[in-house]
Amino acid sequence: MKLLRIKAIAKKELIQIRRDPLSLAMAFLMPVLLLFIYGYAITFDIDKISTVVFDRDNSSLSREFVSQFHESRYFRVHSYVDSYRELDPYLDGGKAKVAIVIPEDFSKNILRGLNAQVEVLIDGSDSNTATIAQGYALVIAENFSQRTKGVRITPLIDSKNRVWYNNELKSRNFIIPGLISIIMAVIIALLISLTIAREWDRGTMEQLISTPVKTSELILGKLIPYFLIGFIDTIVTVLMSTVVFHVPLRGSVTLLLFLSSIFLFGGLCFGILISIAGRTQLVASQAALITSFLPAFLLSGFIFSISNMPKPLQIITYFIPARYFVTILKGIFLKGSNLKILFMEASLLTLFAVLVFIAANRKFKKRID
Amino acid sequence: MFERIKNLVIKEFIHYFREKRTVFFLFATPLIQIILFGYVATMDVNNVSTALYDLDRSSESREFARRLESSGYFTIKRLPGSPGEIRELIDKGDVLCAIQINRDFGKDLQKGIPTEIQVIVDGTDSNTALIAMGYVNRIIGKYSMDMSMSSINANLWRLDLHSRVWYNPDLRSRNYMVPGVIALIVMITCLLLTSMSVVREREVGTMEQLMVTPLRPVELIIGKTIPAAIVGYVDIALVTILGVFWFDVPIHGALILLVLCTGAYLLSVLGIGLFISTISKTQQQAMTATFFFFQPAILLSGFATPIETMPVVFQYITYFSPLRYFLIIVRGIFLKGVGIDILWPQIAALLVLGTAILAASALRFKKRLA
Repeated sequence: MKLLRIKAIAKKELIQIRRDPLSLAMAFLMPVLLLFIYGYAITFDIDKISTVVFDRDNSSLSREFVSQFHESRYFRVHSYVDSYRELDPYLDGGKAKVAIVIPEDFSKNILRGLNAQVEVLIDGSDSNTATIAQGYALVIAENFSQRTKGVRITPLIDSKNRVWYNNELKSRNFIIPGLISIIMAVIIALLISLTIAREWDRGTMEQLISTPVKTSELILGKLIPYFLIGFIDTIVTVLMSTVVFHVPLRGSVTLLLFLSSIFLFGGLCFGILISIAGRTQLVASQAALITSFLPAFLLSGFIFSISNMPKPLQIITYFIPARYFVTILKGIFLKGSNLKILFMEASLLTLFAVLVFIAANRKFKKRID
Repeated sequence: MFERIKNLVIKEFIHYFREKRTVFFLFATPLIQIILFGYVATMDVNNVSTALYDLDRSSESREFARRLESSGYFTIKRLPGSPGEIRELIDKGDVLCAIQINRDFGKDLQKGIPTEIQVIVDGTDSNTALIAMGYVNRIIGKYSMDMSMSSINANLWRLDLHSRVWYNPDLRSRNYMVPGVIALIVMITCLLLTSMSVVREREVGTMEQLMVTPLRPVELIIGKTIPAAIVGYVDIALVTILGVFWFDVPIHGALILLVLCTGAYLLSVLGIGLFISTISKTQQQAMTATFFFFQPAILLSGFATPIETMPVVFQYITYFSPLRYFLIIVRGIFLKGVGIDILWPQIAALLVLGTAILAASALRFKKRLA
């Protein structure tokens, strides 16, 4: 392996990247764009559920009951209807997700001290929102009845809840650290997976083969520029998450950058492997999508928790490096974990990187011969 | 004209099918995606791994543990012996939730003295944490109610809340996700296919050859988009079949309506694909631009999180995502069984958006060829 040749290949690749300012610009804008969307627009905190009311009682008590819903930040009562028939289009058309129906005898029953009933219709198609809406509605109804009764029953068992690491339960705090791995997977999928396939497509591969450059030199040389891009993206993302989005970074930045480099290296080698195997750019792009981007998004625990997956898929996640990287990211950001706690994840990431590098070298050699 | 378009379509298909790998990726990628999404993309929280630190070891605390497990939401995985051990288990991520029952819990309950249960939740996944906490509190509340049932509040009135869940009574999140995934997969495949197949001719240099044939630009556009549309339809059929028969997602509405609406949706998807091909010179650029478009288009469509929860500015942006309209359509047809009388605004929006994008892209495309 000669440093000079690696440098030459890296320089050639760098020139090629520079000639394509559109892709380069997108490589740097992508993290910013994704951060803004995930940071500002994507939240799993459910509130302002659009609600329609059919108040058959129309008494001061029933209005008081409805206002409890409206005043909680979870429901937004925006329409009133006068019949069941009018309710249907609201739920069918998605204009409301919850309908509250108050029967005629609502206030009469309460004033007499009898049991009162309220019907809540919930659009269950979005099951997550529906489950949460159901829970909130129960709490509001319970508070209302205790307040009207004028008694406060202290429950026999008080549950003391404490949330660790993310005590405001902001979904932003758990999404953004994991996002770093998504951003890297995208960069890998986008930029490097086409590099070798492109040389074949354009017929420049033969020229490269005829030079004295060795496989490992070619791979390393091609890697370096993309590694730099990915590393800059990581720094930008880490900076933005802490400065703009105030995600706490409790662990060591050095450790974070060090482990990110290992993940990045392994991912880039994997991208090159795809590129070698895919041969044409269309195939390579699709392969990158399903082997790099999708697993990082779905099987890493980034948003969907691994313990919820069926067993066979859980086993597959052990072979997805993004899984370990997401654990590392969340650990360093939110828990302030050190290398001792993350040792297993870190060593598996390293193992993956080394194996993929060797595999890429092997696969490539055969092609040149 | 039809003859020439037909020939181009045939050429495209020869191109797709010449290589096994391309065929594999055109049809297997969507299937892999639907299987992954179908199994993984659920927000249902169950079997939360839990540590129980029971200092009381009374029949009451055991009864509580039993209720916790039989709810199906929690699995007691560890029985730590000290608070330090709880800390370690949560730090390592071995358990998501830890419950501590203090000494005298049972004795207090028997005497009717208010007591407490401590619940510690790992908040790194805030959604799971929130839902798990809700479940624990519900179980504790129910237990507490049952224990105090005989005493005070029996003679007071109650407010009963009857909730009825429409469309998806079992609240399976898969029923919500799978139709959405169908829309998403078709978009990704068709976008990549149109944008890259056009750019490829340019990059490899075969565009000149096409241009010297009597083929007119409009015919070239149609001939390039038809194969992608056909692949899109086949993919949607495959994925829908898998969704219905493998994942048991019901279709309550009319299939024919789904087919028609897919056409309106493909119009705008192909238009965007064509537009991307006019701004890119290489396949690399086409792919990057496609990613750059589809990520925001998916995130800002209501696919993963409801549009109402987004800030208002972002809510306006969602109007530009064809996925937004198609999601309402597929979910409406699959789960709600609604017809054209409810869905027409979405269909109209797709048609307007699609025609506008396709026309604009076609104009740009013609200009570039000329």
